[in-house]
Amino acid sequence: MLTVSLAIASTMLALAAGLTFIRLLKGPTLPDRVIAIDLIGVLMVCLLVVTAAATAQQAFLDVAMVVALISFVGTVAYSRYIERSQS
Amino acid sequence: MSEWISSGLFIAGATLALLASIGVLRMPDVLTRMQASTKASTLGLGCLLLGLAIRNPELSFVIRAGSIATFMLLTTAVSAHVIARAAARGGAPLWKGTVVDERLPQTHDAGGPPA
Repeated sequence: MLTVSLAIASTMLALAAGLTFIRLLKGPTLPDRVIAIDLIGVLMVCLLVVTAAATAQQAFLDVAMVVALISFVGTVAYSRYIERSQS
Repeated sequence: MSEWISSGLFIAGATLALLASIGVLRMPDVLTRMQASTKASTLGLGCLLLGLAIRNPELSFVIRAGSIATFMLLTTAVSAHVIARAAARGGAPLWKGTVVDERLPQTHDAGGPPA
């Protein structure tokens, strides 16, 4: 039961990352691409949480924490860069 | 019993993440896309972390899951605000069905509809 639901959840998360990557390639403006990169980071954290549940290893949760931190700092840095390059 | 609850929470969180990515792909506008992507980072990740904490009710897992959830809830608001401000200052084009545009007047000349 649990292994089936974990397999379904990781498949759906991988599909979601693929769909977000289409927006990252298409995105008409630069903030669209930044939103897509931010969502890909969140989906990576989700996939690491599912992996931690599947393997019962708590090291994956530490990795998820670090990925979330780096994704946040990257998003803020991209946005500051966009704002500064427009003015 | 707890296995069923955590399985349901995993499926619910993954469904919310998939809905968020479909929304980011299909919404017509920068601001509406940003609104869609918030679902994955708050409710989707919250469901997944709650399912993990129910599946492994040990102190180390629960503390890490709670700290990740708190961190994401705090930083999602900040990053969404910063992206929205960059998009609004740059005069990102709005959807043609937008009813109210309350951005500052000096940001309109780059493409937003007049009030």
